[in-house]
Amino acid sequence: MATTASTEPLAPASNVASDTLNRASGLWGYMKRNPSIIAGFVLLGIIVLFWAFGTLMTAPEDAKDLAFAPPNKRPSLQNPHPCYTSENPRELCFAYDNEERQHLLGTDRLGKDILASFSQGIPQTVMIGLIAGSLGTIVGTLLAFAAGYYGGILDAAIRFIVDTLQTIPGILILIIITIAWREVGGGEMTFIQLALIIAMLAWLGPTRVVRSQVLVMKQRSYVEMARLSGMNGPEVILKEMMPNLMPFIVANFVLAVSSAILASIGLEALGLGDFSSNTLGMMIYHNIWYGSLVNGWWWWWSPPIVVIVILFIGLFMLSRGMDEWANPRLRRRF
Amino acid sequence: MFVAVVFVATSFNFFLPRFTGQDPIATRLELLAAEGVTTRAEDYKALIETYNAKFGLDRPLVFQYLTYLSSAVRFDFGASITKYPTRVGELINQAMPWSIGLLVTSTLLAFVVGTLGGAVLAWQHGPKAAFELILPPFFLLAAVPYYLLGLILIWLLAFQAKLLPLGGGYAPTTLPDWSDFGFLFEVFKHSLLPALSIVLASIGFWALGMRSMMITMQGEDYMLQAEAKGLTKTRSFFRYAVRNAVLPQTTALALTLPHVVSGAILVERIFGYPGVGRVLYEAITGFDYFVIQGVVYIIVLAIAFAMLVIDVIYPLLDPRISYSSA
Repeated sequence: MATTASTEPLAPASNVASDTLNRASGLWGYMKRNPSIIAGFVLLGIIVLFWAFGTLMTAPEDAKDLAFAPPNKRPSLQNPHPCYTSENPRELCFAYDNEERQHLLGTDRLGKDILASFSQGIPQTVMIGLIAGSLGTIVGTLLAFAAGYYGGILDAAIRFIVDTLQTIPGILILIIITIAWREVGGGEMTFIQLALIIAMLAWLGPTRVVRSQVLVMKQRSYVEMARLSGMNGPEVILKEMMPNLMPFIVANFVLAVSSAILASIGLEALGLGDFSSNTLGMMIYHNIWYGSLVNGWWWWWSPPIVVIVILFIGLFMLSRGMDEWANPRLRRRF
Repeated sequence: MFVAVVFVATSFNFFLPRFTGQDPIATRLELLAAEGVTTRAEDYKALIETYNAKFGLDRPLVFQYLTYLSSAVRFDFGASITKYPTRVGELINQAMPWSIGLLVTSTLLAFVVGTLGGAVLAWQHGPKAAFELILPPFFLLAAVPYYLLGLILIWLLAFQAKLLPLGGGYAPTTLPDWSDFGFLFEVFKHSLLPALSIVLASIGFWALGMRSMMITMQGEDYMLQAEAKGLTKTRSFFRYAVRNAVLPQTTALALTLPHVVSGAILVERIFGYPGVGRVLYEAITGFDYFVIQGVVYIIVLAIAFAMLVIDVIYPLLDPRISYSSA
């Protein structure tokens, strides 16, 4: 890869009429030299396709906990369509083909259609990651600029809090907060609330990494120039530093999303999740709870593991690729 | 730093459950009631008061906090609420050796294998080809949570191949006897699967870190000097490149310990391993605040201690750093 980087021009010749086309092909030319990003997008794309497929093939009602639906049905390719439609209501449907109704990926111990659970659970899990990841990145970036740019007591205080909290295993703090939160809510907790809980610690990582970048960038001559020419703090941060740090912050955002999802799945697998949701972590929890491994219900435990593995590897590749893009000096190394 | 970390963590640990306004005793009695133990209304009230007095939950928060701090210093967390007469310390003491044995062994193993693998992978003169085939899958495994790998391993090695036991610390039919060689072998066999899932999932992490450090090191002038001096490849590899590149890895080892602990809670849960993670899990599900506090405190203390140890031995690894001159 290092050899192609030196021989290929960064962007095609500038006589292309449309600027957007030029830029797009420049982006594509770069992507070709950064296989990590492509691999990441492809893997995440597979998950989106799987979700879309599940949404097309099942109805949302399939993912509901139905006491009268037959549990642990093996996957079957015959007659996988939901029998109920707007003309054919749910009660009628279950009345006549309770037993005959087949499921593409089978059903779980609670009678939920597994494919339908995914079409609900994948967006829920991704939502947790996006909420916690973006809150963490935004708050972390703000704190990092405050600490790195202004320095002084503020910097010392923020650094002390981050260093201390990072020593304590995050999952332990999250466990305590989650228990407390659930108790306040009377044992109920939505997955959005879980995302907010995870966001409480998600700012630690971004704060630390972005702060060190801010410290380096503060010494650059163009930042000093801006300060000398009379720009005030927020102006320098917004107009001079932010645009230059943006790729780095975006790369860190992917990482923050990934670790938020990791934390959410961990908490849910421990039984601290939203029991009314179908998130990937709750699927793992139910699998452990009902011992689907030792019962041989492979069609129940294997799909969530495969989806989670693809999701994490996709995010990992994406963040590696983004790192390379944000930090061009790495390009020569890898 | 050590004191600050422990103090903040302990305080967190104390205040968070109490800010919920939840009454652990009432929760416990409700659980009992659900199991069929019924009491009259006035008895119920007296019962709660007695228990609150017994556990010291009726006193002002400041006093509770001070008692808690002093008990934390003395490592005495009182009795468990759900397993009443058992002391929290006793529960933890029973579980600790299991966790330490499993975690320390597997983490160090992954550290050594991963670091060496990453070093060889980056070394220009080494047997690269073989490692280039073996290591990349581990990079991908590093992105997968320990416990998911654990589930797959259970299915492959225990359920399908029936090579290893499904879970637990030892077979439920045997009595623990640490002097018996057969029992020790059984414990080893039971710890193999959880250890394997931790090792497989973390080798890639160490290899990645070491690899990028080694690549940086090879650009350094002293590497050129080592070559100019005519040192053997092995000597310049171990004494010049690895010696320097391993320093950040050691720091990372200290910083990764928290993640090992958090990953291990779920690994222990999945494998039914009788370690601290399982004690914590049972305490969480039983709303046993004293046990949760005790376990979290011990884990934080262990991590803070590990970081202190790394700080102390750092000058031995890196002669450029010394505390006496500073």
